[in-house]
Parts: sequence; structure tokens; C-alpha cells
Amino acid sequence: MNGADAIVKCLLEEKTEYVYGYPGVAICPFYNSLNKSDISSILIRTEQNAAHAASGYARISGKVGVCAVTSGPGATNLITGIATAYADSIPLVCITGQVNSDMIGSDVFQEADITGAVESFVKYSYLIRDVEDIPRVFKEAFYIASTGRKGPVLIDIPIDIQLQEVSKFSYPENIKMRTYKPTVNGNTVQIRKVIKEIEKSKKPIICVGGGVHLSDAVNEIRSFVKKYQIPVVSTMMGIGVMPSEDPLYFGMVGNNGRPFANRALNESDLLLMVGARVADRAVNRPDLITENKVLVHIDVDPAEIGKNVGPTIPLVGDIKHIFDDILKEAIECEHQDWLSLLSKYRSEMGRNSQLAAEGKVSPKEFIESLSRILDDDAIYVADVGQNQIWSCEYFKVRDGRFLTSGGMGTMGYSIPAAMGAKMAAPDRQVIAVCGDGSFQMSSMELATARQHGVPLKIIILKNGYLGMVREYQHYSYKDNYTMVELKGDPDLCLLAQAYDMSYYQIADNVEMSKTIIQFLTDKKSSILEVDVDPMYLAKY
Amino acid sequence: MQKKVFQLLVDNTAGVLSRIAGLFSRRGYNIESITAGVTADPRFTRITIVTSGDDEILDQIEKQVSKLVDIRDIHELEPEESVYRELALVKVRASAEQRQSIISVADIFRGSIIDVSPESLIIEITGNQSKIDAFLKLLEGYEILELARTGIAGLGRGIDKVLYLDE
Repeated sequence: MNGADAIVKCLLEEKTEYVYGYPGVAICPFYNSLNKSDISSILIRTEQNAAHAASGYARISGKVGVCAVTSGPGATNLITGIATAYADSIPLVCITGQVNSDMIGSDVFQEADITGAVESFVKYSYLIRDVEDIPRVFKEAFYIASTGRKGPVLIDIPIDIQLQEVSKFSYPENIKMRTYKPTVNGNTVQIRKVIKEIEKSKKPIICVGGGVHLSDAVNEIRSFVKKYQIPVVSTMMGIGVMPSEDPLYFGMVGNNGRPFANRALNESDLLLMVGARVADRAVNRPDLITENKVLVHIDVDPAEIGKNVGPTIPLVGDIKHIFDDILKEAIECEHQDWLSLLSKYRSEMGRNSQLAAEGKVSPKEFIESLSRILDDDAIYVADVGQNQIWSCEYFKVRDGRFLTSGGMGTMGYSIPAAMGAKMAAPDRQVIAVCGDGSFQMSSMELATARQHGVPLKIIILKNGYLGMVREYQHYSYKDNYTMVELKGDPDLCLLAQAYDMSYYQIADNVEMSKTIIQFLTDKKSSILEVDVDPMYLAKY
Repeated sequence: MQKKVFQLLVDNTAGVLSRIAGLFSRRGYNIESITAGVTADPRFTRITIVTSGDDEILDQIEKQVSKLVDIRDIHELEPEESVYRELALVKVRASAEQRQSIISVADIFRGSIIDVSPESLIIEITGNQSKIDAFLKLLEGYEILELARTGIAGLGRGIDKVLYLDE
């Protein structure tokens, strides 16, 4: 058994189903061994998307996503994908081939110091120097990626190490790390304090973030808020923790959020931040948030507490465990007036007066129709741009998921991530919703989906612009539009044909639902082009 | 802005120092000095970092550093409960006439002369930072040709906070 065989054995021990990647000389020994195993290797068309696909897979399967690429440009191409996963705390193990050990540091062909380059975007990284370290390193890497605040871990392996013989392979059963010990259970004294605050509060609110999904605590949160009738708002990453139309849910907060959600957050006297960073997009002036309220910050990462906001009651631990514990307690609270007030805000401030131009499709109407038709447990992957903001606002989640690149805002995320999500849940509806700009950042992956038989459902909200930036130029640069017009776009119908996909188009509001149903029920991979009003705004 | 001295105990892995330095630079934290050396147990390295910032920043530094996977422990070395030492080597231009007066200044500070040439002296001096600063101030009348300071190393007093390394 050589080092490459040992890596594959480690992946099998970790129950890896798919490896997303791209080959090259420095990773060839690994793919040579992988080919003899039951793990499927998915040949992506550019390395960045290997990380995105692994991310989509990880977010739906709850497992660690795995990708493997070659040294030099293969590794550096992966960086944006790693940074995207890091910003959203998605567990990945990224394997990169490296040049011969004795060549490292001499700038030989396709050499890049990848552990150095990704230092600020990974939870941890390894450069393997001794073939006997492989089992321990992989055990640790999977453990670090999937515990505490999750995130990507990179393992760089020189080609000679992959080819060296292993004297004795034994996969460690337990983790023996002297230094890394994430907190799981919440401190009982702090939990008591939080319960006291809830009992004292007249106007409590919970703001849920992506951490709730990562900790698989959706059911716990739903039970808790239902039991005590506590209103909920969410960050972008927290969409889907509550069903969009639940009476207790008051929408997404932040500069792209709903006005009544922000008002609810501002007027509350107790804010429970759960698995959210309180970052700039969610809270305008985080430093001022505690002026009129008590803030309880529940997060698995102690460093998030107090990073962006003032004095708080910290509660560090895994959200699922913490809410399990809280649910065991009896809390006395009553705030029916507060709920009625918020419901009033929602009905008064929730109207959308923006209409599409005559004959053009309104993104609002389209996404709302799509929401009604989609299965209850559909997985909706939104890209980045106006399409993302519209999706956040108009897509109605029931028991499905809403995935997007929230922290990094990486364009091109939706297609590879939807592919990974579909592989994690082949029986569920998975759709990628992108703009014509973000589509072209990942359209090469249509070939990957075709090659590996992954049925893709891609919706392109086409407006001929990089709409989010155009909108920014509208508000901040007096309509001096530059670098935002997408001339030269491909004919999407011909492109669909070229990849043996079905093509549908919605060019006006006529028969919208019928076309959506045809598109969704088509057995083949399909593109749905939606010609939205180019002047329709995300913020108005 | 206040100054704080942190003591870190870290796994002696390749790249650990660059991980710590990288964290400080990308998050914009100050490092006034950093010293590192292996402990009695060769698996670990002890690092002393002098940094400055307001309370929130210092709190973040402690939390972000402890998040790094290789970090076993970080805690503040509080001035009244710790000892700090820094070593400085000072090369001073010294003619035959100046030599004796420089040596007597060094003597007062328990410095030792570790190199003599016809035009210069090298003085070795150890102490806390204020002692070294005071010594350098006294040398202002002479020409300092080269100065090498190590930055401080520190330990807590007594045995109350000693971290016993198991395994």
C-alpha cells in the first residue's frame, strides 16, 4: 500500500461518497488509487467549482465535502471556493497534490505554496512530510472540519509521499489532539441567566443565522419558538430555519432585508442572536445594537461573541445541545401584545409597490409562482446579485432549504453547489437560480452535470446587466453605467442544445405557471430563461 | 490603548509562528514584540507577545489566538504577578578616552562588556523594558552604532498558574 492508497482508505473510513476535482501530475497517484475504490470521482471543469460542489454536497448531506486537485494552478484556482466555504463555515476537506518533497521551495513547475496562500481561509492546513502521518492527519482533518465552528481544512501532499510505501496502516479510532477542544454543551449558569432574561422580557426576538443549519438544530428552534411564542427574524444564512409563512417569522433583517424585520429587531428589548455573526450586512450599526436591549449571543465560536457588538450575555456551545437543554426547562413568559404589534408592522410595511414594465416579467411574480409550484422540501440554490436578493425576499421556504454564498458573495456558486446538493439528495427537487452574469461564471459545469448524469434545473433571471452593480451605479454614481452591460451573451436556447439540455423560456407573464411546471417535470437537465424587467430593482 | 503581555503555549509544529503572526497582521492587531522558544518538553513552544489595543481588541486577540488549532493555552501575564526580562546588545562608539565612562554606566546597570575594539564596545544588558529604556537614555550622549533587542520573555510568579502538561 502506498500513500495514495492510504488516502483513499482514509476517505472510505470517513464514508466519503464523492470526490470533486481535477487531475494533474501531482495528484495522479491519488486518482489512480481512487479509481479502484467505490468512491465516485466527479470531474469538474474548473477547480473553484470543485469546492462549491463539495460545499453544496456538505450542506445537504450534513457530511464533510471532499475535493482534490493538483499542485500550482489547480491549487490556487481552488482558493476562491475555499474562501467561500470558510466565510459560511462549511465543512470541507481539500486535498492538493504538491511537487516532490525535495523540490519544495525551489519554484519548480506547478509549484505553489498553497498552505501559505490559504492560511487565512482555512480552519487548519497540513503539509504531509511523512507517509506514516496520513491516517492521523486525515482523521484530524475530518474532525476539525466538522466540529466546533465548521470550516475547510486543506491537506497538501507531495507526489513522492503519495507514492511511498506505508509500513503499517491503522486508522485512529479516537482523536488525540492536545490543543483543539471545541465547546459543545452550554454552561448551565449562563443558560439560567438567559432563561431569566426571557422571563423578564416584554419584547423578545430571536435572530437565527446559518449556525442553526450547521448544528442541525432547525427542529429544536422551531419547537422552542412555538412553545413560547417568540417571534423570529433571520439573517440571509438563516433563511429556512423557519417556514417563510409561519406566523412567528418576520423575515430577513439587514440592508437587503424586510423593513418590518429590521423594525422588529430594533424595537425588541431582548435579542437572542443564535448562530449569527452580527455582521455588517445583517445589522447596520452592530456597536449600537445594545443601546435599548439585552443581547444574548449564542454561538459555538467564542471569538464571535463581542467581535462586532457591545456587551452581551455570552452562551458558547452547540446550538442543538443548548436548545435541547433550554427546552427541558419551564419558562414563564407572556408577550402577546408584542406579537400583535409585529404582525401589524408586517401587514403595514410589507407591501411591494414595484411593478415590472409592461410586458416584462416581474422577478417577484415569477419567484412567488415558482415557490408555490416547488415541492415542500425543495432545495433552492440562489446565486449572487439581484437574483439573490429577490430570492431571499420572494422565495417561500417550507420544509426545504435555501442555499447561497452569504458571507463571501461568490458569483457562480449556484450551479456547482446545486450539483453537489442534488448528489446528496437525488430524490429531492434541486434548483439553481442565477442571473445572466453569475450563470456565465459557472456555465462550464453544464458539461460536468451531463458527463456524470446529474439532472440540473437552472433558472436564469436574464436582464442583460450585472444588475446589482448597475443598481449600485444607479444609486451611488448618478446612473453612470459602466462595465455592467452584458452584450455578447450566448443564445441560451442554443447553449442548452449544445449540452443536450431542455430549454424553456418565460418572456412575459402569460402562462408562467404552466411553463414552470413543464420545466420542473422534464426528466432531462433543463434551462429556464426568464426575461425579467432590466430596470427592476432589488432595493427600492 | 493599553499594553498587554500574553503568554502562549503552543504545539511545536511547522508553521505555528507564521500562523500566529499571520493572524495578527490580517486582523490588524499590533505586535510590539514576540519571542518564542522551545519549553522543557520539546513538544511545546512558549511564546511571549507584547501587544496593544483597547479592551475589545485585546479581548478579540485572546479569543482569536485561542481559536488557532495549535494553541494549547493563552493567558495574560499581569505585571504585578509576573516577571518580564528582555536582553539588549548595544554597540557604542567608544574612543580610548570615552571607554571608561561608558563602562561605569554599564556597571551601574549590571551590564557586561562582551566585545571591545579600538573604536567600539558591545554591552549586554538584561532587565525589564523600563530598565533597558533608562539605560539607553543614559547612552544618549554617546553614539549608538547598532542595537539589538530581543523583546521580552516572561513567566508568571509562583506555581498557582503553572500548566502541567499531561500525556
